[in-house]
Amino acid sequence: MNSNVISQILKFIALVLVQVLILNHINFLGYINPYLYIIFIILYPIKNNRLVLLLLSFLLGIIIDVFSDSGGIHAAACVTIAYMRPLALKWSFGTVYEHQTIKFNNVDFGAKLMYISILTGVHHLVLFLLEVFNFSETLLTLQKTLFSSIFTILQCVIVTIIFSKRSK
Amino acid sequence: MQQILNFIIRNKNFLLYLLLMALAMFFTAQTHSYHKSKFINSANFLSGSIYTHLNNVDQYLDLKTQNDNLSEENSRLRNLLQNYQLSVKENYIDTTSFKGSYLFRPVRVIKNSYSASTNILTINKGRNDSIQEDFGLITSKGILGIVDHTSNNYATVISILNTKSKISAQLKKTNHFGTLTWDGKSPKSVQLVDIPKIAPIKIGDTIITSGRSVIFPKGIQIGTIESYKLDDAENNFEINVKLFNDMTNIEHAYIIEHLDAPEINNLLNLSNEQ
Repeated sequence: MNSNVISQILKFIALVLVQVLILNHINFLGYINPYLYIIFIILYPIKNNRLVLLLLSFLLGIIIDVFSDSGGIHAAACVTIAYMRPLALKWSFGTVYEHQTIKFNNVDFGAKLMYISILTGVHHLVLFLLEVFNFSETLLTLQKTLFSSIFTILQCVIVTIIFSKRSK
Repeated sequence: MQQILNFIIRNKNFLLYLLLMALAMFFTAQTHSYHKSKFINSANFLSGSIYTHLNNVDQYLDLKTQNDNLSEENSRLRNLLQNYQLSVKENYIDTTSFKGSYLFRPVRVIKNSYSASTNILTINKGRNDSIQEDFGLITSKGILGIVDHTSNNYATVISILNTKSKISAQLKKTNHFGTLTWDGKSPKSVQLVDIPKIAPIKIGDTIITSGRSVIFPKGIQIGTIESYKLDDAENNFEINVKLFNDMTNIEHAYIIEHLDAPEINNLLNLSNEQ
């Protein structure tokens, strides 16, 4: 239990550093940045307390905001996906989720991809809606959401494959 | 009472979500007005020092281009100085009263940003170096932005690549002036609006700062006209300005302090009160 908490804290710090020191400076084609840090929320253990997850996501978002001078847009997006995570779990994994027995390492790849895509899509949509803050630029918002989502999903999948523990 | 408590316990997740969301929206709304985002900005101790370390690494990788830029600027300034000395040689009667009204200080940009729609830069000097709000920031090639917040050792700058940025600019060859804004699309160009239809403009003309605000002196270069069209009301031009600065590669910059700014602002306030 204790080692679990420590590993979550280390993951938290590592993801923030990777995000603000490397990924925020990629700017592929001028504006496409992957936001890998949300993998913390995506892979947060399911059986842990939801209130703690909400508070942690807010903290994670606000730290990213401080580093990128963006007010509270990352915090808002993170809290949103943390809140709707059970819904996404139900949609992608079906009723297995209800028994809380799934481990992210040994679920079906298709279901996992779907789960990651839903959360990433919602996160990016909220993020860019608040960032552009202008309904007359809806096309720009959707464009940013789509392209950045593709990169984030790709990275999340790669990271989950690299860091997954082999099930014996 | 029992029922209220039950309601809160049953919906605790949703209530916490609403609370955190409201807090996040509050912070977001604050960044949409100048000088209001007190807590959430990168001019603080933690992010400032992390960005300084990162910038130290970055500097080595980019040393060659930055050196080229600086030596180019040195040679330009040397030329200017040469001409200046020729033209005003020994014309001063009282050298103690000769005082420029602008003060330049070299700074380093430790965090650059150009991909969001509200881009903000962080520089490595703050209140301890007498940097204050509303000072201008330029490079050797053109303008960068206006100081927004300061902490003891760092300051944040609203970039010209920020949809909220508004800077007075004019044509170099005539005195028609307008407002420099950004549409949030390309980091290579900004938009100059409110130039009257009567102004003679051509593609390739140079745009400079107008000196009408107390932030930038007149004549700092911005860019050249890339394309133009009449706005919806057909009274004013909307001009696409191609920036001289490569906003994606910024390192050395200068803070401009206008020494007469408090005096001018006082005057303006006086006439506004009447």
